[in-house]
Amino acid sequence: MGMTHIVDRRLNGKNKSAVNRERFLRRYRHHIKKAVSEAVHNRSITDIERGERVTIPTRDIQEPVFHHGQGGRREAVHPGNREWVAGDTIAKPPGGSGQGSGQGRASPDGEGMDEFAFQITQEEFLDFLFDDLELPNLARKKLKDTEAFNYVRAGFTSQGVPAKLDVVRSLRGAHARRLGLGGARKRKIRELQKQLEALKAAPGDLDPAFSHDDQIKALEDEIARLQANVKRIPFIDEIDLRYRQHQKQPKPATSAVMFCLMDVSGSMTQAHKDIAKRFFILLYLFLKKNYKKIDVVFIRHHTSAKEVDEEEFFYSRETGGTIVSSALKLMHRIIESRYSPDEWNIYAAQASDGDNWNDDSPVCSKLLADSLLPLVQYYAYVEITPNDHQMLWHEYEKIQESSPHSFAMQQIADPGEIYPVFRQLFERKAA
Amino acid sequence: MNTPVSTGSEWTFELIRQYDDEIAKCAAEFGLDTYPNQVEVISAEQMMDAYSSVGMPVGYHHWSFGKQFLQTSKGYERGQMGLAYEIVINSNPCIAYLMEENTLPMQALVIAHASYGHNSFFKGNYLFRTWTDASAIIDYLVFARNYVAECEERYGVTEVEEILDSCHALMNYGVDRYKRPAPISATEEARRQKEREEYQQRRINDLWRTIPTPEEDEGPVKRTHRYPSEPQENLLYFIEKNAPLLETWQRELVRIVRKLGQYFYPQRQTQVMNEGWATFWHYTLLHRMYEKGLVTDGFMLEFLQSHTAVVYQPPFDSPWYSGINPYTLGFSIFTDLRRICENPTEEDREWFPDIAGQDWLETVHFAMRNFKDESFIQQFLSPKVMRDLKLFAIENDDLDDHYTVTAIHDDPGYRTLREKLARQYNLSYREPNIQVWNVDVRGDRSLTLRHITVDRVPLGPETEEVLRHAHRLWGFEVHLESLDEGAVMETYHCP
Repeated sequence: MGMTHIVDRRLNGKNKSAVNRERFLRRYRHHIKKAVSEAVHNRSITDIERGERVTIPTRDIQEPVFHHGQGGRREAVHPGNREWVAGDTIAKPPGGSGQGSGQGRASPDGEGMDEFAFQITQEEFLDFLFDDLELPNLARKKLKDTEAFNYVRAGFTSQGVPAKLDVVRSLRGAHARRLGLGGARKRKIRELQKQLEALKAAPGDLDPAFSHDDQIKALEDEIARLQANVKRIPFIDEIDLRYRQHQKQPKPATSAVMFCLMDVSGSMTQAHKDIAKRFFILLYLFLKKNYKKIDVVFIRHHTSAKEVDEEEFFYSRETGGTIVSSALKLMHRIIESRYSPDEWNIYAAQASDGDNWNDDSPVCSKLLADSLLPLVQYYAYVEITPNDHQMLWHEYEKIQESSPHSFAMQQIADPGEIYPVFRQLFERKAA
Repeated sequence: MNTPVSTGSEWTFELIRQYDDEIAKCAAEFGLDTYPNQVEVISAEQMMDAYSSVGMPVGYHHWSFGKQFLQTSKGYERGQMGLAYEIVINSNPCIAYLMEENTLPMQALVIAHASYGHNSFFKGNYLFRTWTDASAIIDYLVFARNYVAECEERYGVTEVEEILDSCHALMNYGVDRYKRPAPISATEEARRQKEREEYQQRRINDLWRTIPTPEEDEGPVKRTHRYPSEPQENLLYFIEKNAPLLETWQRELVRIVRKLGQYFYPQRQTQVMNEGWATFWHYTLLHRMYEKGLVTDGFMLEFLQSHTAVVYQPPFDSPWYSGINPYTLGFSIFTDLRRICENPTEEDREWFPDIAGQDWLETVHFAMRNFKDESFIQQFLSPKVMRDLKLFAIENDDLDDHYTVTAIHDDPGYRTLREKLARQYNLSYREPNIQVWNVDVRGDRSLTLRHITVDRVPLGPETEEVLRHAHRLWGFEVHLESLDEGAVMETYHCP
């Protein structure tokens, strides 16, 4: 007995299949991407950030092997006979090819047998969603940002400026030094004092050669000498001083601010706003994958612009005309007061139905080109309209020509186009 | 009388050890000869990993295992996961997995089933003895995984994947059924692989030398010589040795898949016997423990409940029916063998004159060692088991507009029924019989395969797809002729 070896493997890694799973996803990326982009179209706006069920037609993932097809003469043995005897015949079901038993059944949850379904995680979902996309100008900003530094504590040093003196550390060092240098002598002093007391208490010896007075004198001299020595140990010395040390560390660009600008004038319907919202959400998720901290600023405008919260941004209605430049001006003011371009990566997305007072459109393009574009990483404009373009579009086209790297514009006519347009705007450009 | 090993249902390592000791004692009483056991306790996730690598403890990476994994985990999450005691590895020591979620009676059942049942089957059955080398398999799998990983690094994941895909498509055609193979061993393999690299290309070049030799050019009779001169059923071996354009590393991959096919070959032919044997023994061993007073009534109730579920055979018209349950059939035959030895009836004496009344233990061991499913059923399926299972044979001819019941569990039917059921487990009946017929050595180098049909059953719809894989490996045109009684009925081509 005892030949059996019992092993606890539970702590060994699970996920042994992780690589194979990844291989599978890699092989069927095409299918999965399609499922993901369909999911973006169909999902409610708020729950884009979860995994997704992907189905692939079974025939696409089949591993083919030689096997028999239908037809010919075949025999099979089955269990559970009740009434038949040899020679009985049973009519074939009409139209059936005669091999139907057990195949092609629908499963109880409605998932067809001819589909292979599985779940991808939220992480994988987002990866597929943003696959091949690139944050515009991310590289440039990173380089530029190495000019910003953080100072971080890096221990203590014995050299430094008085402003960085660490009192506690220094005194602790001094105390230790005093103990180290004076301890032995103080112990000796205590010993001698004990002897002295003992001598004084004891009755005097008559033999002058062993006179107490001489001995006391000698002890007292020794004690005085030692005490003087101890006293000479400085309370604090130069070598005790400790200074806080700091190191310069380049500050990575980890924060971004995203400006959402939207026209809420009477001509923008709720359907328009929903399209805009989806677009903004995509941008937000996209930024979130790349930055640690993201601020979102919502600016809505009709004839005047206002910074609002998300709820008001998407759901309150206004009437009246449209002056786009008001929003651009407000955005500029907010950048100046709160989001220094040295510290923030600034992205902006503007959604509008293209309506603007004609007089205002040249103003907009000038504002954009002169004061906003130099500050932002990327400015995306989406025009939500099936109609012909108006003045604003044509003005913006000029900007796109002059600043193709930081400005992009596209037209969306219906919700199905949001994702393709988004992809187009953020596509990884060939170097 | 003994005291029970345990009374609760929670397991501990100590209790598992005690159960194993007692089961081992019982197994020894019955003369079960096993490899040493290694019992590994794993979590549910790990069990899914094990499932998805088709039971190989170490496997090379391939998307199809990922697919398997996704399928398994989906099934598991929905609560459809099958039996947890199915995974046991034909290796020395014999590795069996216990899921940590199992109760103590379940753990005992798995140990009896896998570590003593399957284990003794692996060690005793002639197919396993001939085709696999239990002490070398783990090393070989490690060798294969490393080799595949190395190729991926050198030649690219996609390139390796393509070759493996194609090999997998032909994996069932990687065995010489009638030749005894060389056992696989990793160290030997690594050494030989070096040599092969050097010699192989030369060999291939010899075959494809285009300068005609005078004697072969003598007349039309000589020119009709085929290559290979005899049809070859081992497609992968033929490709490995003869495909004109494969790189050495690609040949090596073909070889790896071929060797794995060989490793699984006995399992494909002994499912009924293997599961029947393991089930028979978990049943017998745990009852023996009960007799000895080592397990409680509660333990036996839980055990019997699982056991009953395992050997349940839904009738053909049940929504749960998916063919004959190999556990049921195998368990029934082994159990009935014992009965025939111990309490033979007149019928048994007539049908099994050699074993009726003989030593049952010797008889079941003899059956386990020397048969595969087909011959096992042919030899040992008794009228009683056919009656118990109410077996019947039904014929489906596409020329008729009805099915015909050809035999049932009655006196005139027993022999036919048994024959038909046995044939159902014959690999060459289950899978199309396809062999290498000819290579146009002097001409376009095309490869021609031949399919011999049985009862006019044609090839399935995936055939073209498989041919594409064969073409990828062969590198030149591949033809497949489907023959019925000597006449070509259908041809497939790629490209």
